[in-house]
Amino acid sequence: MELWQAFVQMVHTLIPWLDGTVASIFIILIKAIALVMPLMLVVAYFTYAERKVIGYMQLRIGPNRVGPKGWLQPIADALKLMTKEIIFPTKANIYLFLLAPVLAIAPAIAVWAVIPFDEGIYVTNLDISLLYVLAIGSIGVYGIILAGWASNSKYPLLGALRSASLLVSYEIVIGFALVTVVMIAGSVNLNTIVQAQQGGIVHWYFIPLFPMMVIFFISALVETNRAPFDVVEGESEIVGGTHVEYSGMTFAVFVLAEYANMILMAVLAVVMFFGGWHSPFEAIPYLESAFAWVPGIVWLLAKTTFFMFLYLWVRATFPRFRYDQIMRLSWKVFLPITIIWIFVVALMTQLELGPWF
Amino acid sequence: MIKKLNKLVKDFTLSELRTGLKITAKELVNKKITVQFPEERTPISPRFRGLHALRRYPNGEERCIACKLCEAVCPANAITIESEMRDDGTRRTIQYDIDLFKCIFCGFCEEACPVDAIVETQIFDYAFESRQGSIMTKERLLEVGSKNEQAISQVRLEDAKYK
Repeated sequence: MELWQAFVQMVHTLIPWLDGTVASIFIILIKAIALVMPLMLVVAYFTYAERKVIGYMQLRIGPNRVGPKGWLQPIADALKLMTKEIIFPTKANIYLFLLAPVLAIAPAIAVWAVIPFDEGIYVTNLDISLLYVLAIGSIGVYGIILAGWASNSKYPLLGALRSASLLVSYEIVIGFALVTVVMIAGSVNLNTIVQAQQGGIVHWYFIPLFPMMVIFFISALVETNRAPFDVVEGESEIVGGTHVEYSGMTFAVFVLAEYANMILMAVLAVVMFFGGWHSPFEAIPYLESAFAWVPGIVWLLAKTTFFMFLYLWVRATFPRFRYDQIMRLSWKVFLPITIIWIFVVALMTQLELGPWF
Repeated sequence: MIKKLNKLVKDFTLSELRTGLKITAKELVNKKITVQFPEERTPISPRFRGLHALRRYPNGEERCIACKLCEAVCPANAITIESEMRDDGTRRTIQYDIDLFKCIFCGFCEEACPVDAIVETQIFDYAFESRQGSIMTKERLLEVGSKNEQAISQVRLEDAKYK
């Protein structure tokens, strides 16, 4: 935090005519760039990690030709997609067709504004940050629906319809699963929720709310259209779903949005259930002081990496669900469980019974 | 009842999903056996039947005596031979074409040859750059033979004791 204050001071002294609104906009801009640039880099290397991990799980080696051990593969992919031609379907509405990828990626990045990376490290500290996450996050579905509709083609439309109904049903489940956390923490501010989990691994919410954590993770898979719930793309059934008509950079933007969303859901799982930036060694006599020098953001990123790995692990393991089974899972299994759990948690919170006080 | 309860517990603890995850996790750390093709190659049997070659005797004389046994035995009619008497009175081919699009790589030509002239080498990674490329002329066959003579005789020596 001192570092940040020093940086702001430096900006003010270097450019003295910057003042008031202009200065704050400038600082917000710097914050946004400092957040988005690393995020895009992580997304690029997440695709590489995906291909490697899934390859290893399928007894293959994965990309290893471009650069040492294939490390330059994502850069080669990006170059390829940038130089490819963007093809517009003859009868497509070009404006909507181009708006769709923008609508997909804008919320995926905007949500990151409220994620707390460490004590006091965030782009903005919103008091209703969880509501903001859910609200902005659900705008992402418009990108997919619009892509399906604007393509004026049958498979994208089918994919868009599937995704629309899926996202609507699982948004509810995610909302209910997170409501339990909100009830325990007594706040919808992500910062406060993380602070409420202070004091060692036993205070993290994944212990009392383990079923909610599992349901949240599975719903996150659906929300981000990941295997085994990737019926939106469904290569074997509807070719490539909403992506069919997209090529070059427009397609790349969809992929960026998908992976940014995946990482976001991983971070959200960590913030809500795994103590955010808190060290797992807190309140353990010798380990706590031994690891006191590690900054909180490292713990957050380490936990996030584990969840990101879980995405890949799940994708490499399970075959795609049938569409109606996914719907059944949402409405007949997850929803009743979360509602019952909400009542249980509400009761325990009211009677001050829980293990989290 | 017990069975139903058992299934319920199994379903809600995701036991079968965990079994699947365990298997993929185990494979993640297993040693990978992928052969990196251009750099590494899998072993090839001495009896492998790949690209054809015409051989020469160590003194440089071509082996083929234009007996046309290979042409006769070829089940795909891939071989075309024209012969003529050479100045020294011996019979030699003036045309020896193998159409690789017709050839089924059965190896009968090699078996029929009384002088071990036509052979099938272990070369399998070749490509044509034109439509005429698929027809191996006498010159090209002889070139493949002289380029790979060492490998050809080596492989035949290895397999000789089983013949």
